[in-house]
Amino acid sequence: MLNNQGRPTAPHESSAPAQSARKTFTSNRALQIEEALIFEIGGNSATGVDIDEPAAFAPRLGAHERASPIGLPGLSEPETLRHYVRLSQKNYSIDAGLYPLGSCTMKHNPRLNEAMARLPGFGDIHPLQPQSTVQGALELIDALAHWLMTMTGTHAVAMTPKAGAHGEMCGMMAIRAAIEARGESGARNVVLVPDSAHGTNPATAALIGFTVRAVPARDDGTLAIEAVQAALGPDVAAIMLTNPNTCGLFERDVIAVAEAVHAAGAYFYCDGANFNAIVGKARPGDLGIDAMHINLHKTFSTPHGGGGPGAGPVVLSDRLAPFAPLPFITRAGGALRLEEHGGGGQAFGRITAFHGQMGMFVRAYAYMLSHGSDGMRQASEDAVLNANYARVCLSDLMSPAFGARTCMHEALFSDEWLKGTGVTTLDFAKAMIDEGYHPMTVYFPLIVHGAMLIEPTESESRASLDLFIMALRDLAFAVKRGDTARFTGAPYFAPRGRLDETRAARQPVLRWRPRAPVSDAQAAE
Amino acid sequence: MRYLPLTPDDRASMMQRVGVTEIDELFADIPADKLLKAPLDLPAGKSELEVSRLLGGLAKRNLAASDAPFFVGAGAYKHHVPASVDHLIQRSEFLTSYTPYQPEIAQGTLQYLFEFQTQVACLTAMDAANASMYDGSTGTAEAVLMAHRVTRRNKAVLSGGLHPHYAGVVRTMSHMARDEAVTLPPDPAAGEDIIASIDSATSCVVVQNPDFFGNLRDLAPIAAACHAHGALLIAVFTEAVSLGLITPPGDMGADIVAGEGQSIGNPLTFGGPYVGLFATRQKYVRQMPGRLCGETVDAQGRRGFVLTLSTREQHIRREKATSNICTNSGLCALAFTIHMTLLGGTGLKRLARVNHANAVKLADLLARVPNVEVLNDSFFNEFTIRVKGDAAGVIEKLAARGVLGGVPVSRLLPGPGLDDLIVVASTEVNTDDDREALAEALKGAL
Repeated sequence: MLNNQGRPTAPHESSAPAQSARKTFTSNRALQIEEALIFEIGGNSATGVDIDEPAAFAPRLGAHERASPIGLPGLSEPETLRHYVRLSQKNYSIDAGLYPLGSCTMKHNPRLNEAMARLPGFGDIHPLQPQSTVQGALELIDALAHWLMTMTGTHAVAMTPKAGAHGEMCGMMAIRAAIEARGESGARNVVLVPDSAHGTNPATAALIGFTVRAVPARDDGTLAIEAVQAALGPDVAAIMLTNPNTCGLFERDVIAVAEAVHAAGAYFYCDGANFNAIVGKARPGDLGIDAMHINLHKTFSTPHGGGGPGAGPVVLSDRLAPFAPLPFITRAGGALRLEEHGGGGQAFGRITAFHGQMGMFVRAYAYMLSHGSDGMRQASEDAVLNANYARVCLSDLMSPAFGARTCMHEALFSDEWLKGTGVTTLDFAKAMIDEGYHPMTVYFPLIVHGAMLIEPTESESRASLDLFIMALRDLAFAVKRGDTARFTGAPYFAPRGRLDETRAARQPVLRWRPRAPVSDAQAAE
Repeated sequence: MRYLPLTPDDRASMMQRVGVTEIDELFADIPADKLLKAPLDLPAGKSELEVSRLLGGLAKRNLAASDAPFFVGAGAYKHHVPASVDHLIQRSEFLTSYTPYQPEIAQGTLQYLFEFQTQVACLTAMDAANASMYDGSTGTAEAVLMAHRVTRRNKAVLSGGLHPHYAGVVRTMSHMARDEAVTLPPDPAAGEDIIASIDSATSCVVVQNPDFFGNLRDLAPIAAACHAHGALLIAVFTEAVSLGLITPPGDMGADIVAGEGQSIGNPLTFGGPYVGLFATRQKYVRQMPGRLCGETVDAQGRRGFVLTLSTREQHIRREKATSNICTNSGLCALAFTIHMTLLGGTGLKRLARVNHANAVKLADLLARVPNVEVLNDSFFNEFTIRVKGDAAGVIEKLAARGVLGGVPVSRLLPGPGLDDLIVVASTEVNTDDDREALAEALKGAL
């Protein structure tokens, strides 16, 4: 049959319950509308903007005028609205439901913050207009920096990193610069990374020329001081440690680790992805860190936006502060000044064109002002309480990774309880989609088999959490009953069933071409 | 606190269920002497009204682009963005969703990324594009790293017409990674002989078009010279609207294109968040950094989209990944895609012609101002003027008269020789009155 775009589709072989298998002429299902690509809808002469051709003039393009057609269709405004609204309806979102993605901190995104970021005084100012005309913007960045330093117990912060991984890179560059300044750049080239680390940690270290040395974790996912001591040596530049770690546990030996690392002449990089567990409860600066990035899009609720933009300021210890990148803000008299060229200091350079993610700064600052010192502490406590509540309420049916041990803001389960059932972690996750939930983080961290990492955040009410727990319990009972079809064919009710990722990687189709890339012959393979 | 749903009763009963009597029992792993006993020394929470007042006050202390005759460019540009763009990107399902790791419930995000990749490939006349980078400057640094991987060499040659901050980002990365970056001297007249700098150790040449000073450059001879030496040409742009009117990098032999997409769909926002555009030839696709969205089918044979070729990425490859990037600039890419869809090729071309016409008008007007010289032979929507005296001082004087007149080159390239140059941009937002205001203010300041 043909869908409404006239594209051939494969025969409909749903294993879903009968009532959903009924075919429609359009392939639509009530509010689930099949939507073509703009290249299949729009025409090359269509446009949704009214722009008049300029009056005749003598161009100054030299011989550089574009000869080849752009080849992009346009749509009128109503068509554009309809297209993107329909696309939006195929997405899950935190506004629509609980988003228990461990390590991602999908919390409520207040709309006040959106409104503030769009004030012309923030949204409509240019990074290179005279500094005398942007004193309010510099004041905001400086105030946000003050909050970040106070919350972390540090005295310096690099504001320009554009995302968490960019912050990691910034912090590790500061460490490299500090080592160079000590004249040890040839000698210290190893970075210690625990098994449980985010993939970005080893990738960042390797990107700037460090060699990665893995450090094994204890059975409970935390790092043993003995393992760190065994890995340390005169060739070690730094350790990269996530705390609370990716298993949802606070590193109990963190003080001893910091002391050992410093005694060995190395630096302590802390991955701050899980800072949401401890804001107002502990200050990383008190725990001996030298650098830590803060994901404003996690802890301080700037929207994830389907995968960015983020922001990843890095707080720095006094030892690393002199090497912070350009630009940075200084205060002279009453005025703030953006230092863009070093001023004779030891800044290691520039990591992005301008001054960082101002749009995210405004949102994060609005979040902080709204919560205040008391509210942020309460938020962390609620996030930890919600995770532990979920852990306790699921522990009799699923397999908590570390027995009855309490967790921080995320609860980790292994797939031990799924053994021999014919249901995998992935199947379980896909069945959650049919229940109206975004799955938890799965298969991460790597040190726990078939990992399921649940982070409810503080944004969930008791009623919401109870319903989520009941849904997971019902699924767990179904696994134990042997109702495997509910899992192995899931999701049944999503806009799409499971997608063929192998095919996508083997025959990459990364753009639309005039000839439909999925032909009948290919579809029949 | 209005964002926290748990009530004191909820907390008490949940703590009971968890088996603790004090919340701090859940924080017992934090060393006791490091557990904070008192709130941090920061203000208490505020109502929506109070926060609006406070931030509104800070915002008012800045001079918004819309409130002044505005000619500031040099890497970020003031354009009109249709109202529907901001409306659509604020839809909950786009704004508050995560990276599309569960494609069955993220087809909205994935489909627009596929549309975005196609639009970027068409605009640049390249084979394939990724799902975006943080911004143009970091994309340029990633392009250099990619060229090193492809050529197995590690020396980059940077044109003197490359945006100085972009060059700075590349140099920082090169220094840290023990690679080499040769930067040619600032080149306001577009007269450099970059081909003479290419040798058998060169991995790539990085050239911006239109360049930092606004000149249009022919990249074809540079591409040919690169290829003769086994090097790649990286073409950079900071003004995406230019692609509607000038020869795209793909038609001049570029191997990698890295550019800033802010101009289409995204506000100035003091420098970020922006959206890096990144495209390449088919044969290098697997060496690309960043996320890629690809087409596939679902279990029922229906077309669908997924993130693909993730074996390049950090969460699979760890220290062997092509990049440490773990994000893209999703919502900014969406804004780009929606605005581009509204424009279409036809609208973009017209928008580009209006930009060029406005810049030509401005150049003609400023050329008649005493003590002002327009340096460019060719340009798109910005160009460089030489003024009598210190350009930074002139720009401050203009600002004092309420005119944001451009960027003094010395702000980005301090040091002697360039301190009388100003980069001036004119887009569709400028009126004849704006241009007259700038000319008059310059007369007064010089």
